[in-house]
Amino acid sequence: MDLKLKIWRQPSAHADGKFVDYQVHEISKDASFLEMLDILNEELVNKGEDPVAFDHDCREGICGMCSLFINGRPHGPDNAITTCQLHMRRFKDGETVTIEPWRAKPFPVIKDLMVDRSAFDEIIQAGGFVSIATGGVPDANAIPIRKQNADLAMDAAACIGCGACVAACKNASAMLFVAAKVSQFALLPQGKVEAKERVQKMVAKMDDLGFGNCTNTYACEAECPKEISVTNIARMNREFLVAKLS
Amino acid sequence: MTKLESKIPDGPLAEKWTNYKAHQNLVNPANKRKVDIIVIGTGLAGGAAAASLSELGFNVSVFCIQDSPRRAHSIAAQGGINAAKNYPNDGDSVYRLFYDTIKGGDYRAREANVYRLAEVSNNIIDQCVAQGVPFAREYGGLLDNRSFGGALVSRTFYARGQTGQQLLLGAYSALSKQIGKGAVKMYTRREMLDVVKIDGRARGVIVRNLVTGKLERHAAHAVLLATGGYANVFFLSTNAMTSNGSAAWRAYKRGAFFANPSFVQIHPTCIPVHGDYQSKLTLMSESLRNDGRIWVPKKKEDAEKIQKGQLKATDIAEEDRDYYLERRYPAFGNLVPRDVASRAAKERCDAGFGVGSTGLAVYLDFKSSIARLGKNVIEARYGNLFQMYEKIVDANPYETPMMIYPAIHYTMGGTWVDYELQSTIPGLFVGGEANFSDHGANRLGASALMQGLSDGYFVLPYTMQNYLADQITVPHFKTDSAEFEAAEKEVQERINKLLAVKGDHTVDSFHRRLGLIMWDNVGMARNKAGLEKAIEELKALRKEFWQQVKVPGTNDGLNVELEKALRVADFLELGELLAYDALNRNESSGGHFREEYQTPEGEALRNDKEYMYAAAWEYKGDDQEPELHKEPLIYENIEVKQRNYKTA
Repeated sequence: MDLKLKIWRQPSAHADGKFVDYQVHEISKDASFLEMLDILNEELVNKGEDPVAFDHDCREGICGMCSLFINGRPHGPDNAITTCQLHMRRFKDGETVTIEPWRAKPFPVIKDLMVDRSAFDEIIQAGGFVSIATGGVPDANAIPIRKQNADLAMDAAACIGCGACVAACKNASAMLFVAAKVSQFALLPQGKVEAKERVQKMVAKMDDLGFGNCTNTYACEAECPKEISVTNIARMNREFLVAKLS
Repeated sequence: MTKLESKIPDGPLAEKWTNYKAHQNLVNPANKRKVDIIVIGTGLAGGAAAASLSELGFNVSVFCIQDSPRRAHSIAAQGGINAAKNYPNDGDSVYRLFYDTIKGGDYRAREANVYRLAEVSNNIIDQCVAQGVPFAREYGGLLDNRSFGGALVSRTFYARGQTGQQLLLGAYSALSKQIGKGAVKMYTRREMLDVVKIDGRARGVIVRNLVTGKLERHAAHAVLLATGGYANVFFLSTNAMTSNGSAAWRAYKRGAFFANPSFVQIHPTCIPVHGDYQSKLTLMSESLRNDGRIWVPKKKEDAEKIQKGQLKATDIAEEDRDYYLERRYPAFGNLVPRDVASRAAKERCDAGFGVGSTGLAVYLDFKSSIARLGKNVIEARYGNLFQMYEKIVDANPYETPMMIYPAIHYTMGGTWVDYELQSTIPGLFVGGEANFSDHGANRLGASALMQGLSDGYFVLPYTMQNYLADQITVPHFKTDSAEFEAAEKEVQERINKLLAVKGDHTVDSFHRRLGLIMWDNVGMARNKAGLEKAIEELKALRKEFWQQVKVPGTNDGLNVELEKALRVADFLELGELLAYDALNRNESSGGHFREEYQTPEGEALRNDKEYMYAAAWEYKGDDQEPELHKEPLIYENIEVKQRNYKTA
């Protein structure tokens, strides 16, 4: 298939960016979206032009490195997948595809479609862990955990930290990302011990970094490639309230 | 001259590690902060080691190639992690895990290392549970286990099909805790381009800041490489796009021996290759072999019709299906080790029984499991894998069997290390997939996560401390010394040289050609003539690369083509050593299959008399042949046998 591409090009963080039009030809419908960009980049290199910069690594939907706002949606038109899992059979021959970076103040553009998501790491560093050191821990089966809780914790822990929730949100809120981590630990006895401190530290850091508030549009849940539920946000709000009141 | 000294502690096998720890040198808490450690890589081994060393009090600087330490390729491991807990009461023990690992590795791994790995495996599960890793549980609240290839017990712990992700996020959370405290300095989007030696010891690294292009110097008392494997030398593999061999290769060129490079794992269950634009291959977890049955048509004419699209898998009657693993290996069936399963698939496809449009695929069928257990159970176990398959292939595995074919997945070979995981460069330690130590000629499923975390949490924090004990009076190193100056200059010259070629062919085009030479001649089946041809072709390709490669742009800022060019330049050399090692090893063992050496049934035929050693190669110069050093492998606790998966 042939496609017209409108791609956001921005040489560096402080330079102005703009859309540039490209065309790609004879792309197989079985190619992945990133392979289509590889083909474009190989053509650009052959022509002596600067290839389009974009983040990617595992190309199997788990590392969270790939991003891309495709035709107005984070990770493109399919639900529950990352950009690297998107295949060209989802597009029509002759279609125009618009490709932008994540747009959110806490995620500044590095170059073209690459953004800096280190704000997410800072939130985890503020409290997204259990404060134990290596060694000296009890036997793994010493504390039985209700299967239902373990499963809910796993649902939350599936977050890949890609930032689609922030990109999808009109307020650039990181509530779903933070709530997923807070929930995972709040649901498990190992994380419960310091649940109160954790939720307060992580929320404070999220606010500091300039992420916006949640106004319950659920856009984050709709665009999350791992289908993390907004019920985690409710759980976080409850945890936060309890922590503040006690 | 460097001598190979494996430093295996004395005493009975089961007491070696305990004895080592009891007698090793320690650093007192106040002195630990005087000592600097550099860790390269934030996968399971690097992340776990960095967190643990920092918790002990050392000054740790960590570098990763991605934008965050949460993304290393350990994250992609799906199926699980082994441990000898024996929770299911099915007869497991530390000895049995040790035995299965040695046997699975086709008797080419070091006994003492493997025993230690089995010993600490249980601590890993305890540690991860305490970190809040949400492993799968039974209704009674206790941990669930499943089976993996090469074992007759269920010892694999798992978190749905995302075990690697959950374990890595556990190590990442431990590391983040230390970064948050200011105890670890984290450098992201950095790539290591050289090791710096001072007076023969590793004392630092040169890294490139991938965003600014700037070369940076970092010094320390010891350096740990946890940079993963080199499977991308084949271009198409299941590894992530940035996974590369450069850190290990640069260490090799500075004097760290490289061991068993030809021991490469080909994973039997990957999604088949579909086009020449393809950038990577996707693995389907080995855990699928718990409930999936592998088959091809019994009749060649059926296979041919399927290849032409005239028949579908579901058209083939039960009695016309050849469940060839169950037929050939009744005891282990679909759960034979990876090397055995891969070769069996290749044998059927080469004989003309393969399916798919290329004929290079076999079926992995869940029909009987769905009938037996119900769709819900299968969905709970493998839902995310089925979804992943459907997105890529556009076919529904609940209704029609998956198509799979072997692909390059993991490298058992790597930097040679002694019992302390120290390379032949004093002060340079190597952990995880990057070292060669534990898996011999073939790694069992769910053992990579075990080894990465064993090295990171429970081995390196001890052994690096032993090395650092006499370093407490050595002052912090400055980076303006002649050694750093010279190393940075060499890296800068290499970059300048690449940018100056201004040829006509992209880096990827060379990488693809490299991959084809490797896959065709140094892949699943190798022979003398093919290997000799490959070595000649690789030499020619390397020459052409340095005359014809096109690297646009400059070194002042983000330049992805330059990053790739530096990696491919190293892969071209590494590929040659891989072929060279395969040529030297006149036997078949594990993942290394030489067509000249097989049993009448087509199984790998070892030559224990001449090749029961680890081949450690020493760099002698760019156009010199490397020198072979042999570390004899001595089995005192295990009877060396021909591997047999036909009977229990």
